[in-house]
Amino acid sequence: MTLLSVKDLRVTFDTEAGRVEAVRGVSFSLGRERLGIVGESGSGKTMTGRSVLRLIRPPGRIEAAEMVFDGTDLMRASEREMRALRGQRIAMVMQDPKYSLNPVMKIGAQLTEGLRRRDGLSAKVAREKAIEALEAVQIRGPERVMEAYPHELSGGMGQRVMIAMMLIPNPDLLIADEPTSALDVTVQAEVLSILDGLVRDRGMGLIFISHDLRLVGRFCDRVLVMYKGRVVEELEAKNLMQAEHPYTRGLLNCLPRIGGERAPLPGLDRAAEWAE
Amino acid sequence: MALIEVENLSVHYGTKEKLVRAVEGVSLSLDARESYGLVGESGSGKSTILRAICGLAPITAGQIRIDGQPVPTPRGRAFSRRVQMVFQDPYASLHPRHTLDRTLSEPLAIHGIGDTDARVVKALQDVGLPANFRFRYPHQLSGGQRQRVAIARALMLEPEILLLDEPTSALDASVQAETLNLLNRLRSERGLTFLMVSHDLAVIDHMCDRVLVMQHGRAVEELTRDQLASATMTTDYARTLFEASADRMLGA
Repeated sequence: MTLLSVKDLRVTFDTEAGRVEAVRGVSFSLGRERLGIVGESGSGKTMTGRSVLRLIRPPGRIEAAEMVFDGTDLMRASEREMRALRGQRIAMVMQDPKYSLNPVMKIGAQLTEGLRRRDGLSAKVAREKAIEALEAVQIRGPERVMEAYPHELSGGMGQRVMIAMMLIPNPDLLIADEPTSALDVTVQAEVLSILDGLVRDRGMGLIFISHDLRLVGRFCDRVLVMYKGRVVEELEAKNLMQAEHPYTRGLLNCLPRIGGERAPLPGLDRAAEWAE
Repeated sequence: MALIEVENLSVHYGTKEKLVRAVEGVSLSLDARESYGLVGESGSGKSTILRAICGLAPITAGQIRIDGQPVPTPRGRAFSRRVQMVFQDPYASLHPRHTLDRTLSEPLAIHGIGDTDARVVKALQDVGLPANFRFRYPHQLSGGQRQRVAIARALMLEPEILLLDEPTSALDASVQAETLNLLNRLRSERGLTFLMVSHDLAVIDHMCDRVLVMQHGRAVEELTRDQLASATMTTDYARTLFEASADRMLGA
């Protein structure tokens, strides 16, 4: 079943220095599965994720031949309809917990704000739900974390709090923008298994944006490889290591390997024609 | 004789009621021109060791010696001529309102070194940045370019020792490769000694001859590059860490 279908998505910024096309004709469809989007910084992967929520500020413009989420035309939806979707049905985990949590609000207050304002729950019930969400992302001592400010948490904890916050309304689609880049390997594995469980148990769709090819190859079902705003290759994640496109190969080859040679790592060949 | 010796180093923070033991009795020693790695999960104290060496963290117990001499407190100018640090996040470690020219010439001014103009131009060239970047601000650069500036800044005083705190973890795979190549080239050209922190075993393996695995502020196990590649570690934790990085093996 198709949850989200995007056809010919374009994101354009009209700047003083001329038009910048961040995303140029991206098409994909997503069922209840894990879709990875990889590419270098500036390849348009974050912009693609944000466009789905229409979270691009002027002078940026979103155009698409089609962008439909579960029967709702996202291009024609009013701001009011979009607000009902954001968070409730489509949630996004941002890249950096340091900049995405409110620094002067306790974690507990941030987690319960939506529950109290939007769902009109009592303070007690909201608190219980928030603690439940923190437990779901395997935070030990959720009561202590509820009383903490964001600066008192480590990067891994902050990232898990963000995921917990996004999962409280039980969304159908989660867009995770580099959710594990700031984390080390052991914590990374934990966060991934949490996301994996949610896709399996709740039947959630997941768009996983990352620049880590190995991670995406291991974790996702399907992968889009982006370069300069275009999708250069779409393939099954399990075949990622056998990718044929020279750009994808280049991204794989520039990673150092344990036991590899000490020779300089091959640089990335960025041929202009791939962007055409 | 070893160039850097860290002996039973402990770094504690906080008060008696709430004591944080960031580093607890860690020893290591590096020869000149060696490249040594520190790995471990976040909070294992690996960065704290680097910070203690250059005086950004207190030494609670133990000793740090450079060339046989205990480091003075405060570290002083002679120390900064020999030891420099490159930080993790190039977005946060460059002054946002100083041009690259000012960032790079400040150490020269402090140390009374002349010939600023030529040295700044040379420094940009050495790290592969165009000369016309000289009067740009950090926000006008990409992450990889900023990290190059941070490396150039650390090399302005021509130190022998570079302390590298996760120099590529904020960068993309392709930019990481360029930065690692740059560091290796500079090391062989200038005979530098590297003490490098990373949580990526593949990066450490690519860059370092020996590596110390850390957990909860303590040293777990020291491995040579061959031991790492052949997976002959003896402690469980080092093995766990290795297995979590299995996809980074050659041929994986």
